[in-house]
Amino acid sequence: MEKLIEQFSLGLFFWQFILFVGLIFLLKKFAWKPILDAVNEREEGIKNALLSAENAKKEMQNLKSDNEKLLAEARAERDAMMKEAREIKEKMINDAKVEAQTQGEKMIEQAKAAIESEKNAAMADLKNQVSSLSLSIAEKILKDELSNKEAQTKIVEKMLDEVKLN
Amino acid sequence: MVFSKKPLHFIIATLIAFLPLINFANPNTDTTAVEKQTVEAEAHTTEHNSEEPKDLKTEIKEFISHHLLDSYDFHLYSYKDDSGTENHIGFPLPVILWDNGLQVFSSSKFHHGEHAAESNGNFYRLFHGKIYKVGSAEEQIKLNEHGHAENVKPFDFSLTKNVFMMLVVSIIMFLLFTNLAKSYAKNGGIAKGAGRFFEPIILYIRDDIAIPNIGKNYKKYMSYLLTIFFFVWFLNLFGLTPLGVNVTGNIAVTACLALLTYLITTFTAKKDYWGHIFWMPGVPVPMKIILAPIELLGTIIKPFSLMIRLYANIVAGHVVLMSIIGLMFIFKNWLGSSLSFVLAFALSLLEILVAALQAYIFTMLSALYFGAANEEHHHDDAHH
Amino acid sequence: MTIPNIVGAGLIVIGAGLGIGKIGGSAMDAIARQPEASGKIQTAMLIAAALIEGIGFAALFAS
Repeated sequence: MEKLIEQFSLGLFFWQFILFVGLIFLLKKFAWKPILDAVNEREEGIKNALLSAENAKKEMQNLKSDNEKLLAEARAERDAMMKEAREIKEKMINDAKVEAQTQGEKMIEQAKAAIESEKNAAMADLKNQVSSLSLSIAEKILKDELSNKEAQTKIVEKMLDEVKLN
Repeated sequence: MVFSKKPLHFIIATLIAFLPLINFANPNTDTTAVEKQTVEAEAHTTEHNSEEPKDLKTEIKEFISHHLLDSYDFHLYSYKDDSGTENHIGFPLPVILWDNGLQVFSSSKFHHGEHAAESNGNFYRLFHGKIYKVGSAEEQIKLNEHGHAENVKPFDFSLTKNVFMMLVVSIIMFLLFTNLAKSYAKNGGIAKGAGRFFEPIILYIRDDIAIPNIGKNYKKYMSYLLTIFFFVWFLNLFGLTPLGVNVTGNIAVTACLALLTYLITTFTAKKDYWGHIFWMPGVPVPMKIILAPIELLGTIIKPFSLMIRLYANIVAGHVVLMSIIGLMFIFKNWLGSSLSFVLAFALSLLEILVAALQAYIFTMLSALYFGAANEEHHHDDAHH
Repeated sequence: MTIPNIVGAGLIVIGAGLGIGKIGGSAMDAIARQPEASGKIQTAMLIAAALIEGIGFAALFAS
């Protein structure tokens, strides 16, 4: 221990203190601060780059999924449209069918009615003609019959005969 | 060359088994060495600067202790030329003393401790790496019976080898990290060159030392933690180079670093920190009274252990490493010397690890103390 | 250095060595059990070892 104290040199201590403290401040100003700042900056840069790469990746993924979603939507829309079109087509066909049928039926009905009425008219006409004809015939016959008395009496007799028989 | 594990163990075990044989094979030299040492020690006390021939072991021992200490010139190596005069290669550093006014002169005036230096009519002499005042150019240092100098020590603010090395490391760090800071702006946020190596370390300190230990307030401590980590690490590594400047193995340096940690801990501490020291929540009142001084002492022991840990690790590493290198010259045979070379090599690798580890530990524990000072406890939760 | 100092230093080294060894061994066990937590375990181990080491060194210098 005494040897150590004897070895202790105040001058060396003094110079060491001045040199070392000076060195700390000089290096702090000219070396450590710029070095650490540069290193920090670089690390920040790397961190940011990594972060932005990660973000870009995420964005890409988002975009991709968006695209897929859009595509799926478009596909679904197309499908829906096609389905709708098909339905409309079927409906139109059906409608047309139904209408044609009703129209046809209606026409047949009308035709039938027309035929009936024509038939009735024709029948009535025929009846009238038949009746007038028969009247005129009867008139003519009567005229002929009543023109001679014998014949008339003969008929009356004959008719009376017939009644007696009955 | 590939060794399988077992033979390598076997070889090392054999070499270690042979070690005592080599060491004690010729005890005659050993005893003479001891004799010489005592003679040398006697000579030491009487005539310090005399150039008596030294025993190899003492020379190594002196070299190690000299290496561990600070010095006033930047000494690379010495050699003896043909005429026998010693030449020192290196360069002198300025000596700054406060002794009745500022005294500034070059350390070359000491002539490596052989002469007294003169400045404004005052004379100074080097003794065991310290400067002492002497009366005249011829006067020697007076020693007491323990071998300690009795002369006056002036206040010494010299730019010594360690201060010089700290300056160099500071400049290196400043250039290195300002360059790194600039390269971010130039290259769009990416480090270039040497910064590529240091940037992960900075991030490691931030993410694995500061944030887990301090929490969300870590930013204001970052400058200190980064500076102290790199400062200690670089100085530790420079200590391992052949220049061998043992800066962090110097108690004044580690004391200063530990003191800074203590000051920062104390001045940035929140109310809860002091609350835990003086009035520990969740314990009975008598225990609170007993715990307060212990906790208060703990706040001082913490930086003290920081200081001692760094100092002792580095010094121990240097001493062991240099002793093993010294063994190479003592053995002077192919088996022992090559073994100590291998050992020294392995130990150097270990020391490189320790250099980084100690810097890490110092930073880590500082962060831990800052974290304790910054913690906001939820006392209601603590009771459960 | 006197003999008691040396003996004391030896005791300190033995104690610190045992302590650090135990920490290291336990850390190895823990890593073997949970290899994914090895970083955290290493940090905790180093801190604990450093604390013991600090006390050991302090005692060594005091002796």
